[in-house]
Amino acid sequence: MRSDFEQFQSRHIGPDRDERDAMLKVVGASSLGALIDEAVPARIRLKKPLDLPDGESEYHFLRELRETASRNQIFRSFIGLGYSDCITPSVILRNVLENPGWYTPYTPYQAEIAQGRLESLLNFQTMVRDLTGMEVANASLLDEATAAAEAMTMLARVHGKKVDGIGGAPQFLVSDSCFAQTLDLLHSRAEPLGIEIVLMPNELLDSVEFGERVFGALVQTPDNGGRVLDLRAFIARAKNAGVLVAVGSDLLALTLLTPPGEIGADIVYGNSQRFGVPLGYGGPHAAFFATLEKHVRQAPGRIIGVSVDSQGNTAYRMALQTREQHIRREKATSNICTAQALLANIAGLYAVYHGPQGLKRIATRVHAYARLLTRELARLGFRQLNDVYFDTPRFEVPGGVQAVGQIVKAAQELRINLGYRMDNTIHVALDETVDESDILALLQVFAAGAAVKTVAFDRSTDTLAPAFPSGLARTSPFLLHPVFNTHHSETQMMRYIRGLERKDIGLDTSMIPLGSCTMKLNAASEMLPITWPGFGKLHPFAPVDQAQGYQQIFREIEKTLCEITGFAAASLQPNSGAQGEYAGLLVIRAYLKDRGQSSRNIVLIPSSAHGTNPASAVMAGMHVVIVASTSEGNIDVADLKAKAVEHRDRLAALMVTYPSTHGVFEESIQDICAIIHEHGGQVYMDGANMNAQVGLTSPATIGADVCHINLHKTFSIPHGGGGPGMGPIGVAKHLAPYLPGHPIIKTGGDHAIPAISAAPWGSSSILLISYAYMKMLGGDGMTDATRYAILNANYLKSRLEPYFPVLYTRENGRVAHEMIFDLRPLKQVSGIDETDVAKRLMDYGFHAPTVSFPVAGTIMVEPTESEAKDELDRFCEAMIAIRGEIQSVIDGKADPKDNVLKNAPHTAGMVTSDDWSHAYSREQAAFPLPFVRASKHWPSVGRIDNPYGDRNLMCACPPVAEYA
Amino acid sequence: MAYPDTLKYTKDHEWIDLSGDNGKVGITDYAQQQLGDVVYVELPEVGAKLKQGQSFGTIESVKAVSELYSPVTGEVVEVNGALKDKPEAVNKDPHASWMVVIKLTNPSEKSGLLDAAQYEALTK
Repeated sequence: MRSDFEQFQSRHIGPDRDERDAMLKVVGASSLGALIDEAVPARIRLKKPLDLPDGESEYHFLRELRETASRNQIFRSFIGLGYSDCITPSVILRNVLENPGWYTPYTPYQAEIAQGRLESLLNFQTMVRDLTGMEVANASLLDEATAAAEAMTMLARVHGKKVDGIGGAPQFLVSDSCFAQTLDLLHSRAEPLGIEIVLMPNELLDSVEFGERVFGALVQTPDNGGRVLDLRAFIARAKNAGVLVAVGSDLLALTLLTPPGEIGADIVYGNSQRFGVPLGYGGPHAAFFATLEKHVRQAPGRIIGVSVDSQGNTAYRMALQTREQHIRREKATSNICTAQALLANIAGLYAVYHGPQGLKRIATRVHAYARLLTRELARLGFRQLNDVYFDTPRFEVPGGVQAVGQIVKAAQELRINLGYRMDNTIHVALDETVDESDILALLQVFAAGAAVKTVAFDRSTDTLAPAFPSGLARTSPFLLHPVFNTHHSETQMMRYIRGLERKDIGLDTSMIPLGSCTMKLNAASEMLPITWPGFGKLHPFAPVDQAQGYQQIFREIEKTLCEITGFAAASLQPNSGAQGEYAGLLVIRAYLKDRGQSSRNIVLIPSSAHGTNPASAVMAGMHVVIVASTSEGNIDVADLKAKAVEHRDRLAALMVTYPSTHGVFEESIQDICAIIHEHGGQVYMDGANMNAQVGLTSPATIGADVCHINLHKTFSIPHGGGGPGMGPIGVAKHLAPYLPGHPIIKTGGDHAIPAISAAPWGSSSILLISYAYMKMLGGDGMTDATRYAILNANYLKSRLEPYFPVLYTRENGRVAHEMIFDLRPLKQVSGIDETDVAKRLMDYGFHAPTVSFPVAGTIMVEPTESEAKDELDRFCEAMIAIRGEIQSVIDGKADPKDNVLKNAPHTAGMVTSDDWSHAYSREQAAFPLPFVRASKHWPSVGRIDNPYGDRNLMCACPPVAEYA
Repeated sequence: MAYPDTLKYTKDHEWIDLSGDNGKVGITDYAQQQLGDVVYVELPEVGAKLKQGQSFGTIESVKAVSELYSPVTGEVVEVNGALKDKPEAVNKDPHASWMVVIKLTNPSEKSGLLDAAQYEALTK
């Protein structure tokens, strides 16, 4: 018997039965089933419903999940290796990480309604810049190892010439004491691009030869055993040889140590996790990436910059977007478009809350405990091996293997994980949470492997002030900007966070109809578990037997994804959709190589594809051949066939999005896949639009061999204001052996490709959100979510079609889960363009749809299943009213330059100004429809000058005078 | 904007102002209109050797990036550094905003360039 608790499905899906019936009448379909039959071609429909359990109520699910969480054993972690336990200040936990105002917004493309998080990300960039001693920082990358790989490819671009190869492959020198996950990713990324990685031992850094093929080098300090390196001589010699240098480092350590930027580094990268972000069994965390101004155009990832608005006031925006894949495609600087905005915001706010003095206090305290531990362990006979260390001393174990065994046993009894090393030494990575009880426990553990069993603990720390050798000790100040020196009481901090949040539109304000982005509900019950200690406090490299709760959840998610996609196996490692694409292509590449078909390296990509597709293909060492689209927006099958035939000996894969980026279920998809297979290629399906497939059709049914699934679209992970995301891949049986491995924890198949992410299961903690979605909706609920997404889209289409032409539909007029409205004809007669419409929607309280993707001059609308009819109707009323405003321009009733659209958005300052010279009224500007008055969201700045921001690049907090 | 008769043009929307064996190169009014607000121009070093049709740099607007193609074969003998600080000049006065001066090594290529009327016809 099913429980009599309220079912989650009715909470997740917006329209109730009455609304559904009313909407079906408008779209002219006799039933929901009939509408689906018209929208989705019969030949690709699943023959039977998903074989998945029924949905559980929220209450039941959370009760069971607590049981599962209790199967994770939370040991005290001293493992380090890029991940440190830390304290998330409660004011940040409650007001940011657990707050839909911060976790539901999208990437800040519509900057006027995103000033809060843009300011916060600018704080993050300023903090990274100051602590690393560099000139400019980006708004975060997916993880530390990815940042290192991006550093390598960026240095290759900057260096330019040598990458073409002078008598052999270009070489990249890498210190062998980087984290193992960093080394693995560097290998994985270098090989397809023809870069040769040359390992150099730390001991020999100062005598390493820079051959003429060497374009760059990467070193890490503190290194994987906690040793702080003196890199001055190495970097100076590298510079002399024309070799560029990237340095991996640790933000907390850099409060006390000379930043790499002060000794000549070209790039500094690392993980900002220990600034208040939970371990979460591997993520999500924000990697940081800083460089020099002269290299900024080659830098990967998003960069927030300062510009001015229509009123001449300071305003923030994303700068230099021309570097990104949606513009440069196969020439992009990187395929990564997701950042880790939410986590970068937490790290930035952690620095705002603690300020420079607070951070230095925390670092000094951790360092003092490390020295205390060293002193006391010396009395037990353990020699510390790092000549300089910050928070991680490393100890020789005189008793050898046997003594290490005794230490392991004692540590397990006290529920402690240590940094056991291949050479029978042990490193102990301390962190912000350390206190005397930890030191006592550690002494007890080490005593088990010592000759001297007990000594009196000397807790005095008088002699333990930081004493780094001159040259290694930081002397420069940092975080001098007032924002880092103001909000140090909880009241101030709470109000600062709330003040930022208020400026932004998230799903807690109104629907976000972004096509291709799938802004569905991120339910509170899905979000709750991510901050439970049973999930949050696990180190990613903890022994797997301590993570049985997580492991069970991973297996269930994999099984569910396989049932939904029709595939045989899945990997949960990729941290974004683009990373999933890259992983999928490397899997295909490895499979072809195993079959002696390495020469197959051409990827066919339709012209309408998302820009990440060609960018990922190039990273995977493939050559891109573009396939044309027909005027109906479908793939041109004749062109596809011609190109498949032409390249039949070199064809590796087709990358195809389904339903297409034009929002249509293409009839010919199975023929398309058959053509590719016939000519020896594999089919990669971009799962961006998976939410229109779940339960109705599947990648395997249409003929794909591998696909990624954007969990942050289809499976309810929030967009976090620009990340995190997750992009697991599913593969057919023949590709399963190649799924990504990991150098520390075993994952993947028997012939696993190297790691794609720093952590074995990517951003594990947010997998819980998708898990909750799957469990609470069940097979039927997830299928209904798909049906209602299609209903909502076709409802919007029916209501808005009389006002704005819809670019592409099926022959019977049905769209899938989203649609493109063509604004170009209106622009021709009115001069009003897609940007004007996007900005004017802000005055009505809405976030714009996707602008100019995949077709310039259009907007793409995706309502998702979570929006109820009344919100859809408000959006339609706003769009219809805007159409009227455009008509006024066409009819000459409104000035072509000075009108409500061109001047949008209107701030409170603008409409209350004593100086109002426009021909339209203030009321028309700010309250164009009655519903707007009820809950007005005021854009905090006027329209932002984009060219100004790119011409006058400034990527850190502006001086205070400019806030006036 | 009219296309000056004193300039020669290419189908890639560059113009070249020939004077002896040197030519000043820029992009046309049509090209800048297509790009929109120009925010950055990336130019080669003096001494760079170019083939006809080869990319010598990139030009970025807020919404697009384009390659710049050399109308002729030759060597870059001068680069307009002022565009680095004032890229918007390309929008304001495209036919006066030269980017590089190329010393032609194959002057016979001159005859293949378009005149103003031919180019204008191409943009219709």
